[in-house]
Amino acid sequence: MASKFINITLKIWRQKNTNAKGGIETYSLANVSTDSSFLEMLDQLNEQLINEQKEPVAFDHDCREGICGMCSLYINGRAHGPETGTTTCQLHMRSFTDGDTIYVEPWRSRAFPIVKDLVVDRSAFDRIQQAGGFVSVNTSGRTMDANAIPIPKHDADKAFEAAACIGCGACVATCKNGSAMLFVGAKVSQYALLPQGKVEAQDRVINMVRQMDEEGFGNCTNTGACEVECPKGISLENIARMNREFLSASLTADK
Amino acid sequence: MSTLNSRIPEGPISEKWTNHKNHMKLVAPNNRPKIDVIVVGTGLAGASAAASLGEMGYNVKAFCFQDSPRRAHSIAAQGGINAAKNYQNDGDSIYRLFYDTIKGGDYRAREANVYRLAEVSGNIIDQCVAQGVPFAREYGGLLDNRSFGGTQVQRTFYAAGQTGQQLLLGAYSALSRQIGLGRVKMYHRHEMMDLVKVDGKARGIIARNLVTGELERHSAHAVVIASGGYGNVYFLSTNAMGSNVSAAWKVHKKGAHFANPCFVQIHPTCIPVHGTNQSKLTLMSESLRNSGRIWVPKKKEDAEAIREGRLKPTQIAEEDRDYFLERRYPAFGNLVPRDVASRAAKERCDEGFGIEANDTNEGVYLDFATEIRNKGRQSAFAQGDHNPTEEKIIALGKKWIEEKYGNLFQMYQKITDDNPYETPMKIYPAVHYTMGGVWVDYNLQSSIEGCFVTGEANFSDHGANRLGASALMQGLADGYFVLPYTISDYLANDIRTGKIATDSPEFEQAEAEVQASIERFLQNKGTKSVDHFHKRLGLIMWNKVGMARNEAGLKEAIEEIAALREEFYKDVFVPGDANEMNPELDKAMRVADFIELGQLMAVDALHRLESCGGHFREEYQDSEGETLRDDDNFKYVAAWEYQDGDAKKAALHKEALNYEFIKIAARNYK
Repeated sequence: MASKFINITLKIWRQKNTNAKGGIETYSLANVSTDSSFLEMLDQLNEQLINEQKEPVAFDHDCREGICGMCSLYINGRAHGPETGTTTCQLHMRSFTDGDTIYVEPWRSRAFPIVKDLVVDRSAFDRIQQAGGFVSVNTSGRTMDANAIPIPKHDADKAFEAAACIGCGACVATCKNGSAMLFVGAKVSQYALLPQGKVEAQDRVINMVRQMDEEGFGNCTNTGACEVECPKGISLENIARMNREFLSASLTADK
Repeated sequence: MSTLNSRIPEGPISEKWTNHKNHMKLVAPNNRPKIDVIVVGTGLAGASAAASLGEMGYNVKAFCFQDSPRRAHSIAAQGGINAAKNYQNDGDSIYRLFYDTIKGGDYRAREANVYRLAEVSGNIIDQCVAQGVPFAREYGGLLDNRSFGGTQVQRTFYAAGQTGQQLLLGAYSALSRQIGLGRVKMYHRHEMMDLVKVDGKARGIIARNLVTGELERHSAHAVVIASGGYGNVYFLSTNAMGSNVSAAWKVHKKGAHFANPCFVQIHPTCIPVHGTNQSKLTLMSESLRNSGRIWVPKKKEDAEAIREGRLKPTQIAEEDRDYFLERRYPAFGNLVPRDVASRAAKERCDEGFGIEANDTNEGVYLDFATEIRNKGRQSAFAQGDHNPTEEKIIALGKKWIEEKYGNLFQMYQKITDDNPYETPMKIYPAVHYTMGGVWVDYNLQSSIEGCFVTGEANFSDHGANRLGASALMQGLADGYFVLPYTISDYLANDIRTGKIATDSPEFEQAEAEVQASIERFLQNKGTKSVDHFHKRLGLIMWNKVGMARNEAGLKEAIEEIAALREEFYKDVFVPGDANEMNPELDKAMRVADFIELGQLMAVDALHRLESCGGHFREEYQDSEGETLRDDDNFKYVAAWEYQDGDAKKAALHKEALNYEFIKIAARNYK
């Protein structure tokens, strides 16, 4: 792979803080290596802005390996940019060509208020997890042996696939209803598929769905955009499973 | 110079921890709500500690700089977690895990701590399964294992190449439960700016809200630092962009000793550097060395042809390849410990056999072709086809690889634009983990009373080199199974203390100092970005305090860093305000600490006149280029005390390492 250098124009959403009015600003950036990641390109822009004694663009990022879920960004109208199965930090500039104009916006959703520029507040996800996304087991050196309950490989694999969600929020940002059903469905599914999670399955799904609604996320209308844009390929099956779990819990739970 | 008291309990090694637990003080359940504990960091060590202490009934405040505790960098750990379960019936035991870890650490770790780590390792797996962590399983429904470097058994539990993610989300779920129940108060997007000491004891922290810029005072009866390692001192490392040493360094500046700072792990299998705008390096899990074979061409002209794009690696005949790890270390082959594998790769590249077409030509191959054929044949047989075609073998082999390492192969392809199913991966060593850290005693308490340090932030368990899949083990062992006991022993003295006031002169002063350092940066009329200085620091560190060190280079590094520090304070430009989200300001504060730490690392490396583990002094090697330890003079932990506001003037304290239960020997993987 031969590296090339390209010149691009960036149209980036700037917003001082949650309450300020934001707008699109235009920047030119020259000599961007096509081997750079998208975030390295933004580093380069920020270096340029700092050298001009201007304020750099704030954006969330941390691991830059596609696993922490901290990076976000709507790039040319798509969550995490043009590639599928890719987080913004794993998107590389070889996906763009010389002379391109690239629009960069924050996640937009009622439940994810903008903090600054491209940074949004996703703590609603944490609160959903706090409402029931766990097995109620205390730390103890005396739980049973890890191999005491065999778990069919198929179930363990399915649970793992659901648990691979990185909580980035692309599903919410991309959904026309701002729904968090894929995120919540994945967590509900992980536990529903494992014997350890079955004990509290009914309370869990009811509590998590209640919290999801309180946070102001929209409903699911089966468009499927979330699955398409999910960088980890979390399947729509998880939403179906959550709906089954929820229906069954609503009909049979004691409360 | 003084001797340090490591407070190792008496008795045979297998009984130390049990006896110690039996005699530690307890805090009764009705007294726990009267006691506050601060936990800084929410990775495996921090989240597990915060959750466990919350479950016990203490009031816990947890802090992380990310937007959610789930983002902590433990999440990026790929390959697995060790535990002495012996599920594979291959002769594993607590003693063997203990022995492998001490040997892997090149006999520079504390025996009693490592034994305890091995002892509780099995509990970790039990606990995580009970939490719903979806580990990989075999068709019979039982847990699967794989091998890691420096061992001859299969004791590594895993979840594809995302084990850290699954373990962290497990600890995060336990933490979330406590937050929901109101027993842990979570402060995300908060950074610890300083430790507050009252009457010599750790009694709180000054934190900064990274959204509003507000400084906050938080008091507690004990403070736990679980803020991770300091690999980002090199600028380029496999650490997350935000990973920093500041919490640990602030504690050091307040009196906690910093131990073995020069013990840094350079991981052999990372994606090579692509260019000057690179912001970080990406690890390719050590688990890949179960299946991949590392090689460079035997002929220099082939290496050159590859670099110039005239030859492809797949065109190099088998007899023209040098599988240098298999050649040098036949007993362990590609699964030698990380420090050994890294140095061997460097040796080949220094000799001119590197295959990467970048400035330094530094890169070697990690090749899966042999494994694809072997596993493809096995899969075909398992399907009843005893005479499979070549195409079928390759197709089934690739499928097997995808199932084991799919996410890693995908990550590699995204970054490099090369398909590793068709052509070997290109890899080179990169800074990955730091064995050094805040000095702690057996109870994980630092030299400051009431200040405990866990996980990668402390120094205790890995000696001069950490074995693969042991960082996750240590983080969770500390947080779930060690700290909750030892901190209670300490807190038992505080049941009558009452709430610690935050309007004391100590809090006042600490806050004023933090405020002043923030003002200093914002009012500086400099011209260069924080990254500019961080990159320069990284280059000094990589070239002179990196994979190979020597006296002249280390002396230069100390002076160069001193000059860089001066220039940094004079010429750094930090835009924006103190009262808003300001990532450049956050970075400036962190880089200031990295610069001081970098100096101390060079000082430590200069003083240690031996080679051991990740610390390779060119002056101390045998005729085959292996490390030469000096057990007579350096079998100790070097714990440095901060003095006179200058890392260069740090005072050395020694903790002698006594090996009572292991026979100390030259490390041999041949």
